[in-house]
Amino acid sequence: MHPVKRGQVIGGFSLGEVVHRGGMAVLHAATHPEHDLPILVKLPLLAEGDDPAAIVGFEMEQMILPRLDGPHVPRCLGVGHEPLPWIAMERIEGETLLPLLDRLPLPIDEIVETGALIAEALCALHRQGVVHLDVKPGNLMRTDERIIMLDFGLSHHAQLPDLMAEEFRLPYGSAPYMAPEQIMGVRGDPASDLFAVGAFLYALTTGRNPFGDPQHMGAMKRRLWWDPPPPRALRPDCPPWLQEIILRNLEVEPARRHPTAAQLGFDLRHPEQVRHSARAARLKRDAWTDRIRRRFHPDHQPKLRRNAIAMAQSGAPIIAVALDLDEVTPELSAAMRGMVTQIMAILPGARVACVNVLRTHLLRPDMALDDAGRNKHLQRLLELRHWSAALKLPEERLTHHVLEGTSAAAGVLEYAQVNRVDHIILGARADSLGRRVLGSVAAEIARDAACSVTVVRLRPG
Amino acid sequence: MRIALLADLHANLEALDACLVHAAAQGAERLVFLGDLVGYGADPVAVVARVRDLMGQGAIVLRGNHDEAALRGPIGFSGLAAEAMRWTQARLDPETKAFLAELPFTHEEEDRLYTHADGANPPAWNYVTQAADARRSLAGTTARLTFCGHTHVPALFGLTATDKLLHHTPLPDLMLPLLQPRRWLAVIGAVGQPRDGNPAACYGLLDTDKAECGWLRVPYDIEAAARKIRAAELPEALAARLFLGM
Repeated sequence: MHPVKRGQVIGGFSLGEVVHRGGMAVLHAATHPEHDLPILVKLPLLAEGDDPAAIVGFEMEQMILPRLDGPHVPRCLGVGHEPLPWIAMERIEGETLLPLLDRLPLPIDEIVETGALIAEALCALHRQGVVHLDVKPGNLMRTDERIIMLDFGLSHHAQLPDLMAEEFRLPYGSAPYMAPEQIMGVRGDPASDLFAVGAFLYALTTGRNPFGDPQHMGAMKRRLWWDPPPPRALRPDCPPWLQEIILRNLEVEPARRHPTAAQLGFDLRHPEQVRHSARAARLKRDAWTDRIRRRFHPDHQPKLRRNAIAMAQSGAPIIAVALDLDEVTPELSAAMRGMVTQIMAILPGARVACVNVLRTHLLRPDMALDDAGRNKHLQRLLELRHWSAALKLPEERLTHHVLEGTSAAAGVLEYAQVNRVDHIILGARADSLGRRVLGSVAAEIARDAACSVTVVRLRPG
Repeated sequence: MRIALLADLHANLEALDACLVHAAAQGAERLVFLGDLVGYGADPVAVVARVRDLMGQGAIVLRGNHDEAALRGPIGFSGLAAEAMRWTQARLDPETKAFLAELPFTHEEEDRLYTHADGANPPAWNYVTQAADARRSLAGTTARLTFCGHTHVPALFGLTATDKLLHHTPLPDLMLPLLQPRRWLAVIGAVGQPRDGNPAACYGLLDTDKAECGWLRVPYDIEAAARKIRAAELPEALAARLFLGM
């Protein structure tokens, strides 16, 4: 039983009331003289006959949480093991996503918004070398602006010893959301978290779990060959692009899902640019002969294990090419395309977003039509497509975006931030009075961007 | 407190000095030498002199199998090691030999055991390369943390709450938690002759306040160390392998 009482001090933290009691751990509100913020202390529930793997998971979290950073995880305030293992962390004000399950199916807009926020949080986690491996509504805390990931007891950290790796008697995770490779004992592939997002979005869309909630290993393995009904079969108003995203991330082979959480988030934020494969059009499950073949035919066994290089998140960056369509010369244009082509050749998972900022004027109410009466937004989009055609990239690796803003730099920076862009490529403007007086757009972007910035400049002469 | 752990110096003065400078910059307040000061390299007398000097300032110095062989002869050594050891023996003065003869097999302080090879039976010089070796070493000792060398390959072994033994290959220059209250065995890579494919000198840095250990990699003048090996007419392979870290 739980030996700790209210009022007890552990590691300098004074325990208050129990705010949550889960299957493996109990959470106390707490205070500390040096920390002026709401605090939780997490303690494992240890009792005779308990699964000792629970303490292994708790120790895993003790190693991982202090090494995580950023707005998508609770801040760790300390860990220790006396008189029993404990973790002190920031208490997040918010609610988990569990209540969403009480009002299924959700409106499409809400599904997409929720999915994009989860992808953003996962992106932040994966960039820190951590795969969560237990993405489910109860571990996702929603605040006003974002999703915060909770509970790293099953997680894998690329640089730390994996205490859970030896616990292979059972695949630990949550049955409705667990990826096929995780069921087969593969830990450490970020795509496993994307499968969980796919399963959760499927449930939000259709009102049911794609693979039910199986309770034993045999039933859990069924997802290696058994495909769920396509969402559109259960919910006719599910848009094809959303079905495309959901089914892509429910692919059995990790390599067939989105290459990164950032790319999943990108597609959810730009539905009109999602490329439709056969997945988008499906209205029925596969024929039973296909399922039987997948289950028994030795040539149809999925590739569940990827090497570390294939899993590396850095191999699939989002690259934004910011084009100033009014100023770019044919020579600079060619030089920029050359730069993009080189990067795309090295990184097969990378994708390019061609971006142009349509400047709006604060003083002059903006007119959507130019002097000749054409739609300016559409015209810019056509020009972007014309520019990128020479890149000869397949449709799924290329998107086009016309943004509106009062400044080109601010527009590009905001776009890069929201879409988790990894690398901005832009051209240096020709030397001009404007650049000398106002400073260059490139300099402002290079200074303020949260990612790498390449400025393509032509050698004079 | 930060403690620098230096194993398998193997008479490589350039590597040793680079590690000592690096460790001082990391704030290491204590030095522990985990054995094998001599053998393979061309500077046995200078390296022993340097270590003896540091021992006078409080460093802990342990015996390795090559230090023992410098006194008894290369019994059971393979070709290259035996040839280098006969060369080494011929160059050690009586004072250096007397110093090596006094080195202890192990040293314990607080929750830590320092030793050159398998801590369960130090004079047997068993390698700790696999999980089973680590389990044997941990079963035969009581310290929470064991630090050893001998294999020239960095590794971290740990016993989980369910008594599973995990084997982790530490990445360079990264501090890893040695989580309380679990038991850990850290195999520190070699200062003077790394064999994990990374030619940079390796030493361990333990932070006792944070209970973290790192395997730090330090570039050093390999050209100079190799030049001395060749000038001494030691086997060419001993010079060539330094560049490869093999």
